[in-house]
Amino acid sequence: MEWFYKFPHMDDDALRGLKKAIDEGFRAFTRSYGDLIENLFSPLQSFLIAADRFMTQTPWPVIILIIVAIAWFASRSAKVVLGCLVTLLLIGYFDMWDDTMRTVSMIFVCTVLSIAIGIPIGILMARSDRVQKIVSPILDVMQTMPSFVYLIPVVMLLGIGKVPGLIAVVIYAIPPMIRLTDLGIRLVDKDVLEAADAFGTSASQKLFKVQLPLALPTIMAGINQTIMMALAMVVVASMIGVQGLGQPVLKAIANQYFTLGMFNGLAIVGIAIIFDRVSQAYGQRLQKHREIVHG
Amino acid sequence: MADHHFGGIKIRHLYKIFGPNPKPYVEAVQKGLSKTELNEKHGHVLGLSDINIEIPSGCIQVIMGLSGSGKSTLIRHINRLIDPTAGEVLVDGVDVVKMDEAELRAFRRHQTAMVFQKFALLPHRNVLDNTMFGLEVQGLDREKRVDTAMRWLDRVGLKGFEKKYPNQLSGGMQQRVGLARALSNDAPVLLMDEAYSALDPLIRMDMQSVLLDLQKEIKKTIVFITHDLDEALRLGDQIAILRDGQVIQQGTSQEIVLKPADEYVANFVREVNRGRVVHVDAVMSPHQSGAYHGGKSIPAGTTIEEAMRVLVSGSDEDVFIVGKTGEPVGTVNLRQLTRAMVNSHEELQARPALAGVL
Repeated sequence: MEWFYKFPHMDDDALRGLKKAIDEGFRAFTRSYGDLIENLFSPLQSFLIAADRFMTQTPWPVIILIIVAIAWFASRSAKVVLGCLVTLLLIGYFDMWDDTMRTVSMIFVCTVLSIAIGIPIGILMARSDRVQKIVSPILDVMQTMPSFVYLIPVVMLLGIGKVPGLIAVVIYAIPPMIRLTDLGIRLVDKDVLEAADAFGTSASQKLFKVQLPLALPTIMAGINQTIMMALAMVVVASMIGVQGLGQPVLKAIANQYFTLGMFNGLAIVGIAIIFDRVSQAYGQRLQKHREIVHG
Repeated sequence: MADHHFGGIKIRHLYKIFGPNPKPYVEAVQKGLSKTELNEKHGHVLGLSDINIEIPSGCIQVIMGLSGSGKSTLIRHINRLIDPTAGEVLVDGVDVVKMDEAELRAFRRHQTAMVFQKFALLPHRNVLDNTMFGLEVQGLDREKRVDTAMRWLDRVGLKGFEKKYPNQLSGGMQQRVGLARALSNDAPVLLMDEAYSALDPLIRMDMQSVLLDLQKEIKKTIVFITHDLDEALRLGDQIAILRDGQVIQQGTSQEIVLKPADEYVANFVREVNRGRVVHVDAVMSPHQSGAYHGGKSIPAGTTIEEAMRVLVSGSDEDVFIVGKTGEPVGTVNLRQLTRAMVNSHEELQARPALAGVL
C-alpha cells in the first residue's frame, strides 16, 4: 500500500539523468550557437544603447518638455499633463532622474518591439483559427510561467546585460498585445466587413482601411497592458543587469533599505501612472466617434 | 459606360443549399425533395430553390418576402457575397458564378454597389470619407473622389454634413450616406438590401421618394429587398415574391394586387391601398366609338386614387381615359372607381378560409 500514500514517481536516477541530458543539450546548443544568436541581436543592442543615451544625456528640461508635449497631444487634457509634470519633477527632486530615464528608455524599446512583433502575430491569429489554436497556448505559457524561470535560458544564451533583459521583458509583456490585436480584429462588425467586400476591397485594403482602424481602440488597450506588464518586469529584469529603477529596488531588498526601496518603487508607480493615463486617454479619444449616439 | 448598353441581370435556375456538403442534394431538390425533408433527413437547409428572374436594365426589381424567405440570400448572389450551389447569375451577360477572385473584385468595384439594412458605415471616417470609400477602393485619386462624393452628398441632401461622423447622424441621414456611397461608385447595378427597413415610417417614405427621384435621372438597374409590401408596390417596376426560398409570383404591382397567385400573396395584398396601385385602365369601360366629345380626360396609367381626386372635384359624369396620343380608350365614373377600391373586401368574404383570418 505504499504507492497509495506516496506518489509513485519516476526513478531518481532516471530523473536526474533526464534533467542532466536536457541541461547538457541546451548547454551544447548555447556553446555552438550562442555567438551567432548574440550577433543576431546586435541591432537591438544598438537600438537600446541609442535610446538609453538619448534619455540620459538630453538635458532634463528638454525631456520633460517632450513628455509633457506627448501627453498633451495624446490626451488633450490639462489634468493629465499637470499630473505628468508634477510626477516627473518629484522624481527628479528625489534624485532618481537618471534611473528613471533608463527605465523609460527600456520600456520604450520594449513597447516598440512588442508592437512590431505583436501586431503581425495578432493579425495572423485573427485570420486563421488554426494559428489561433497554436499561438494561444503558447501565450498562456508565456504569461503563467514564473518570470524568473525564463530568465535562465536567456542568460545562458546571451549572458547578462541589456539585450537578455529586453528579451525577458518582451516575452513577459507581449501576450496582451497579441491577444488584444486578435480580439480587436475579430470583433470588427460583420456588417461593415460585408460592406467592404461588396465594394470589392482586396485583402490588404480590407485590413488597413477597415479592420485595423476599427480594431485600434482594442489594440491601444493592448499597448497599455503591455507597457504596464513591462514596468512590472523591470525589477525582475534588473537581476540580469538591466539598469534603471529596478537596481536600487534590488539593492534595497538585499540590504533591507526600506526608504530606498519605497522611493524607487514609488517612482515606478509614478511612471506607470503617466504611461497608463496618457495611453488610455489616447485610446478614448480614438473611440470618440464609435459610440452610438442615435438609435 | 455611355457607349455600352448595360444588359441587365438574369438569374437562372439558382439553387442555394446550406450545409457541410450541399452539392449532391441539388439533383434531389430538382426532382422535388422538399425543404423539410432535406432538413430532417439530410441536415441541410434549402436556402433558394430554382430562382429565375430577369431584370431588364434601368428597372427597379423588388424582391419581397418575410424573414427567412431567402431574399437577403438572393441579393447576395448577385455580387456573390454568397456562392450559389447551382445556377447562373448573368450580369450584363457575364456569369458572376464563374468569375475568379480578381475578376470578382473588379466586378464588385465597377459593376455593383450596395446599400445595407444596418447602414454599415465606417465609424472612424467622416461622412465625406465614407462616401468616397468605393472610389478609394477603385484607386481613384483624391481630387476626383472628393468631387464625385460631394456631388452625390449634395444630391441626397447632406450638403454641409461632410465633416460629421456617422454616430452624429440620425438613422435616415446615415442611410443617405449609405446611398451616396453606393451612388458614387457609378455602377450600373444598385443592390439595396432592406435598405429602408431600419428607418421609421415617415423617413422611409421620404427615402423612397429620394430613390424614385434619383432613378429618373440615373436609370440604374436596382434590386431592392423589402419585407414591406407597400414599399414594394411603391418602388417596384417588377416585383418578385419569395417564400421558403421559392419565387411564388412575379409581376408588376398591378398584377400582384389584382391577381395574387395564391392565398399567401392574397393575404399580403389584402391590406394594401389599391387606389394607389391599380390603374384606371383595369376598371374602365371600353370606349364606344363616336361618343368622345373632348371634355375632361385622364391619361391612361393614372392610379385610381388620382382619378378619384379628379372626379370628385368635377361633375358626376363619366370621364374619358385617353391614351398616349390623346385618343380615347375608355370611360370611367366614380362608381366604378369606388367599386375597385372596396372590391377587395367582397372578394374576401367570398373566401371563407381568409375571412376566418380576419
